[in-house]
Amino acid sequence: MPRTDRIAEPWGTRTPYGAGETWPVRVDTFLADGLDEGDVDRWVQSATILHSNGDGLDIAVKDERIVGVRGRAVDRVNHGRLGPKDLFGWQANHSPDRLTRPLIRRDGELVETDWDTAMDAVAGRAKELLAEQGPSAISFYTTGQLFLEEYYTLGLIAHGGIGTNHVDGNTRLCTATAAAALKESFACDGQPGSYTDIDSADVIALFGHNMAETQTVLWTRILDRLAGPNPPEIICVDPRETPVARHAAVHLAPRPGTNVMLMNALLHEIVGNGWVDTAYVEAHAVGFEELAERVRDYPPELAAEVCDVPVEQIRRAARIIGTAERLVSTVLQGFYQANQATAAAVQVNNIHILRGMLGKPGCGVLQMNGQPTAQNTREAGADGDLPGFRNWSNDEHIEDLARVWNVDPMDIPHYSPPTHAMQMFRYAEEGSIRFMYVTATNPAVSLPELGRIREILAQERLFLVVQDIFLSETAQLADVVLPAATWGEKTGTFTNVDRTVHLSEKAVEPPGEARPDLDILIDLARRLDLRDKDGAPLVKWTDPEGAFEGWKECSRGRPCDYTGLSYDKLRGGSGIQWPCTDEHPDGTEHIYVDGQFWADPGYCESYGRDLVTGAPLEPTEYKALNPSGKAVLKAAEYLPPHELPSQEYPFQLMTGRTLYHFHTRTKTARAPQLQKAAPEVWVEMAAGDAADRGLGEGDLLEVRTPRGRVEARLRVSGIRPGAIFLPFHYGYWDEPDGAEPGGERGRAANELTITDWDPASKQPIYKTAAAAVRRLATADGPSLAPTTTGSRPVTDGVPPTTGGEAATASEEFSPVGGGPR
Amino acid sequence: MKLHLAIEELHRSENHLAGALLAMSDRHKADHEVFHVARDIARWSQDHVRALAQAGREFGLDLDPEPKGDPTLLEKARQGASDLLGRSSVPGLLLLANLRHVYREACGTSLDWELLAQGAQGARRKELLQLAERCHPDTLRQVRWANGKLKESATQVLVS
Repeated sequence: MPRTDRIAEPWGTRTPYGAGETWPVRVDTFLADGLDEGDVDRWVQSATILHSNGDGLDIAVKDERIVGVRGRAVDRVNHGRLGPKDLFGWQANHSPDRLTRPLIRRDGELVETDWDTAMDAVAGRAKELLAEQGPSAISFYTTGQLFLEEYYTLGLIAHGGIGTNHVDGNTRLCTATAAAALKESFACDGQPGSYTDIDSADVIALFGHNMAETQTVLWTRILDRLAGPNPPEIICVDPRETPVARHAAVHLAPRPGTNVMLMNALLHEIVGNGWVDTAYVEAHAVGFEELAERVRDYPPELAAEVCDVPVEQIRRAARIIGTAERLVSTVLQGFYQANQATAAAVQVNNIHILRGMLGKPGCGVLQMNGQPTAQNTREAGADGDLPGFRNWSNDEHIEDLARVWNVDPMDIPHYSPPTHAMQMFRYAEEGSIRFMYVTATNPAVSLPELGRIREILAQERLFLVVQDIFLSETAQLADVVLPAATWGEKTGTFTNVDRTVHLSEKAVEPPGEARPDLDILIDLARRLDLRDKDGAPLVKWTDPEGAFEGWKECSRGRPCDYTGLSYDKLRGGSGIQWPCTDEHPDGTEHIYVDGQFWADPGYCESYGRDLVTGAPLEPTEYKALNPSGKAVLKAAEYLPPHELPSQEYPFQLMTGRTLYHFHTRTKTARAPQLQKAAPEVWVEMAAGDAADRGLGEGDLLEVRTPRGRVEARLRVSGIRPGAIFLPFHYGYWDEPDGAEPGGERGRAANELTITDWDPASKQPIYKTAAAAVRRLATADGPSLAPTTTGSRPVTDGVPPTTGGEAATASEEFSPVGGGPR
Repeated sequence: MKLHLAIEELHRSENHLAGALLAMSDRHKADHEVFHVARDIARWSQDHVRALAQAGREFGLDLDPEPKGDPTLLEKARQGASDLLGRSSVPGLLLLANLRHVYREACGTSLDWELLAQGAQGARRKELLQLAERCHPDTLRQVRWANGKLKESATQVLVS
């Protein structure tokens, strides 16, 4: 069985395949301590939790401890493969610094306590505030990393029980624009594409999506297509020279903040050259005239100047996209966290509507997510949306939800759009939110402008509850800390980007007194004595399967219909795509077949928003615009970013991810192979910019914006001139001062970012802050940034990133359907 | 023929609306979306001011093509002050009052565009009508923004 260093080879060994063939199986296994499969007591079914791809895996258990993982060969998503974070990240479960007892703040210090004391303090403060101010004082800030059952229960408690409008997740930072863009184009969330579209596509366009690092197994699928007969052509839009860019037929590297300009120029070419499926557009879309008129003003020559991209490259990319026979497009943070996020992502949808490339094999849009269960926050109503893609401005939907929950419709807040995360922190800042319950996320590192966020979270008048598995930077600021169980220690389901639902079973007991998030939430509901309108307990379940059954009823008849699924059905085989019903018991690979959308005014989730102002459309406006529920071609004008480079701050700062870490490194830094691969923060700059300033690889730089300063070693990389890049993963929990920078300079990229967000999706902007750099010390060696990824050096003499024996995993190739060639 | 009066009035009201949006932006720097969006859409009114000055020439008007109401030193000082005041709940009420003001200004401007369009149609002034057709939708978006933001902000301010 071949063994591969999966730090050095993140995508493993090629198993080439051709268009229309089935992706060969390759089963990746990593077992700790030299164990082999014969040593394992049992395998427990689950899926991957450190990205959004949703790869099926089995957890190896020996002596009631997790000892490794193995990809599931039968799973439709990964065909047995796993990425480096999946192979090694589980080790964090065993970390000695897991939270094992509740903590409560006494005389300014967090001290251990028992569950009763902690939960009474939480429920007691919530009740006090409800009596004094009402639900407007209470907020919940959750994550993209819990399970569906937990989100649904949380949404029920917050919306149906407490009646607060202040519920959102950190999904606001990762997937809000994906949802918003789908709502604008199709009036409803729901992923049009399917991962299997990659198997037959002839063109794959990645817009601001470094898939090679964020969804390694999906990228492996593309690499295997590229290595096979009739490979697809790749289009890459990214200011950095990512692994995707290196495989692209055309790599467009626009100035940060100019995505809408570039997209409008591509659409200008597509419309102007007649690469439009006119019959499809006439039958299934509204808004063509306005779009055509808008993009007429955006010739490639203009975009070439504004985006600083060669005009012939724009034309060539447009021709490849415009003449593709089976087009797959994917979109992620390069668009979602950038200027005019929703407007730019919507233009990708527009390409697919114009070209009629939806709802059939090889033709899909994947508006991606960042986190493993982000999709479920959107479905189950923990990101501010209502469960089951119900429309907050449709009274009939509110009545229907009230029926499911057996509460009065007036008890479900729907007077305005749900409060988004950035606004919740604003309300906490001005003092009207006085209770914030944070589950499984770390805003003290992940939100923009950290100096401001720390001040908000540290306020005496804010009661902060943090439910997590480690004492994160945020937990250190809390009034009460609740120790939670994590993946492998609890049961539940979660859904990936392409609507595939997986069951993740409990493999081992959580450490100490840590409890599953679901149990904690149900306990909270009991202590708050939340009841339905007949006086029965509001939350009617006591375990994950009960919650899942409750959710199934809530989803009945809605687009994300789970009624055909059950825990039993999800056991043993592959994950299953929703909608899954009695009529479609095996799930649904493609939605929007034959131009049938969920956009009917009475059924749709959203009436849309103005892409510049964010103002929601009134129901009457939407009905006039789209009476028969077609796709909506929505045009957008280009607006320059709000913070532009100046003499004092000449660079444009982008923050982002690396392959080896997840979120704020709470798990990945506790997995030795991953931490060693990317041990410290770095800053990337183009060779020309570095040479102009006399800077060299490994120099220690200060990166400065009006909001703060960060210290990082320089990696001279293939990033476009004028832009610099910082990974956002590095905070302070493994530094001496714990929750914040020790000196005047920090290492968290978000010390520098601007508080500004897209008015339509409310997703913060992390890709355009004006910044300055200066050298603090000359290099004593190269930066430790990974060499395998977007941070690949362009200078000689940097040793390659490897993992050695400790990072060696096995790859087993299936004899049928191909193998390594 | 009194079309010049309509152009003059619209020039004045667009200038006023741009000024109101910019002043509002400066007063609510701690409400980041208001700060940024108000600036973005003030630009629409400033464009309209320029276009109206151009259009006015044919009607013997000498209107200043340079929009008024760009941030002065005084406004910069207001930004600083609003940042400091952002930690108290008083600005919430002020926000509602300012949104209400912008809404009324934008509605007035919208009516002025309707008047101009009616006049241009009657006088068969095609270019003037096209100007109204191009600009009026921007004004309606400004109206909807103020209305939507007011709705979204009102509950928390009023019940807390």
